[in-house]
Amino acid sequence: MTRDVWDREPGDARVPALRAVGLSRVYGADESLVSAVDGVDLDVPAGQTLAVTGPSGCGKSTLLQLFGGLDRPTDGEVWLGGQRIDHLGERALARLRRRAVGFVFQAYHLMHELTAAQNIELPALLAGASPRTARVRAAELLRQVGLTERARHLPSELSGGQRQRIAIARALVNKPLVVLADEPTGNLDSAATLDILRLFDELSAAGQTLVMVTHDERVAATADRIVSLRDGTLADDTSLDGNRNGGDTGLGALLSWED
Amino acid sequence: MQDVVLALLVKEPSHGYDLRSRLAAALGPLGETLNAGQIYVTLTRLEKAGLVVLEREDVPVRGPRRKVYALTATGQKRVAAWMAEGAGVRADVTEFHLKLVAAAESGLADPLALVDARRRELMNGLAETQRAALTHDTDSQAGLLLEGIALRLQADLRWLEACRRTWSARAAREEGGGLG
Repeated sequence: MTRDVWDREPGDARVPALRAVGLSRVYGADESLVSAVDGVDLDVPAGQTLAVTGPSGCGKSTLLQLFGGLDRPTDGEVWLGGQRIDHLGERALARLRRRAVGFVFQAYHLMHELTAAQNIELPALLAGASPRTARVRAAELLRQVGLTERARHLPSELSGGQRQRIAIARALVNKPLVVLADEPTGNLDSAATLDILRLFDELSAAGQTLVMVTHDERVAATADRIVSLRDGTLADDTSLDGNRNGGDTGLGALLSWED
Repeated sequence: MQDVVLALLVKEPSHGYDLRSRLAAALGPLGETLNAGQIYVTLTRLEKAGLVVLEREDVPVRGPRRKVYALTATGQKRVAAWMAEGAGVRADVTEFHLKLVAAAESGLADPLALVDARRRELMNGLAETQRAALTHDTDSQAGLLLEGIALRLQADLRWLEACRRTWSARAAREEGGGLG
């Protein structure tokens, strides 16, 4: 896999790609207050793949929305690549989202009336790229996700796994600082899930920072690091160093060999 | 089973009948498959190995005599080592369940700490499995085997979540009870 297509502007390695400080989000009012995220402190170094896991309703989707500026915290700070984003105005935030964040959703959220290629081009055009630049970039990404021959297909003509690959290409079109994925394989079978995970693995090898929310342990196990969220607070923080170092496989421990 | 029996003797010496009913309580319907004589065979073996010692023989007013066994220093050491070591990724559900019960009954380890350690152990096993799965064709024989292993590890990890819930609720209850 060539690096040029995935390539992003090299960030300052000393600044975390993403930082949350005392992050909280409370819904409701008065007696019916619900604390979805409650005092989360987290640094995601540039280039890290982080999985956020936890039972449903633990606040993991809310956390992802706060990270990406889709929702605003009740308290605390969110920093993207050294810039504080939680107190930006709507327009500045929208501009920053387009440039710095790539979103991937469980239900793909592709535009039904646009072709695969047009779906990928759209955020580039919105960010001010020329039609030609957007077209070239989309073609590159289509090749990288292995769907060049599906460029002119509508989403309804694609399988779930193919739609998600298009959605990932779209998330990457503006070379974002971070990709935020919410249950990216939630609608996919095992084979399509592995395809998506292989794609994420390539992104990770190219230095892309990736935060994914998942309740699937098999997906989380491919990350560099897993944090568990329980009742809105971080309950566990585990590094899977083997994934980064190509570690020595301990698969032998899984096999009992008896004569 | 030997290690579990040793753990049940940590707090105080006991006899086969008591050990058997405590095991049966922890095992529920699976305990019914425990052979009635099994516990006595295990105790005899542990005694031969010098891990337990016959402390006394209780003679109740009614019913049979009861041989009361106590841990030896070697037995103490062995059960502490068992408690400290990981169960191994292939350990089954019953084995780890009994370890949690043994940890709580002996006070040798915090069940929740064991759950966290096991979660890390299984997660690393799953990471290795998935790393291999990503480099193999999903439709190959290797891919099929790796999928099976990954699904089993995932099931174990999900059950561990249930363990964590139940044991932390129990810990909270006992803390509250201790104050009251």
